Amino acid sequence: MTEKCKCQGLASSISEYLDGELPPELCAELEQHMSECENCSIVFNTMHKTIDLYRKPELNHPLPDDIKSRLYHRLHLDDYLVKKT
Amino acid sequence: MSEETLNNSAISLAALKAGDRTEFARLVDATSNHIYHLALKILRDPQDAEDVLQESYIKAMRALPEFEGRSSLSTWLYRIAVNEALMLLRKRRVNLVPVEEEADEDDEQPGMVLTDWVGLPEDELLSAESRQRLEAAVDTLPDTLRIVFMLRDMEGLSIKETAELLKLSETAVKTRLLRARLRLRNELSVYYGERFVEKSSE
Repeated sequence: MTEKCKCQGLASSISEYLDGELPPELCAELEQHMSECENCSIVFNTMHKTIDLYRKPELNHPLPDDIKSRLYHRLHLDDYLVKKT
Repeated sequence: MSEETLNNSAISLAALKAGDRTEFARLVDATSNHIYHLALKILRDPQDAEDVLQESYIKAMRALPEFEGRSSLSTWLYRIAVNEALMLLRKRRVNLVPVEEEADEDDEQPGMVLTDWVGLPEDELLSAESRQRLEAAVDTLPDTLRIVFMLRDMEGLSIKETAELLKLSETAVKTRLLRARLRLRNELSVYYGERFVEKSSE
């Protein structure tokens, strides 16, 4: 399962491609390569998905109540905290 | 920080600048959750994150009269918080942002894990266990990589904005980003790869 991808040098192009930072002529070259190279296509798909998973709002937790109340207190906004809850 | 957070609640900059406490409370309400977790991700210490949270709003409150609105309110607040967090991190760990990247640049790249697990269903990719795993993976990145990954990929800042905030060149940001992405991709590939194999053999 673990192996050295022969095209490891392309990882940086894949990363730049995902950022939209790869020059157009290199984009076409990379797309062509990925259509023929299964390993690079897997690296692209899984890197893309990795970034995508980290952007999911599901990873956000609510602000703990005690932290919230200390914040409002420090900012002299206690009365607004009471109104909210 | 997403622009919608603030746009939806239509916070009035004029009211804020005039010292309207109700408006400031609304700003805090709309943004504090995000600011706290941002600081927590940078500092990995709840007490430090809470200090940054409080200090950021205090600084923002003081700086509001001078805020010229060149950037959006959310970006401005976000910058204050990131800078506060980075300042604290620098105090704690002297060596946070080395000028040159070379030191650990040449570390041996691990072999790439080449399992295509992207076909796993979303509920499996984002199960409670998977989410813990995602968070643990990013937490184990060295500060230099984690902060770049967090600002660019988790928070959605551009490469340029990330570079400006961290006072790094765009090239350095791209290099760190690549290394962070490769590490995380590999780690997630091991984890999800096992689940994918189990799933396929069911």
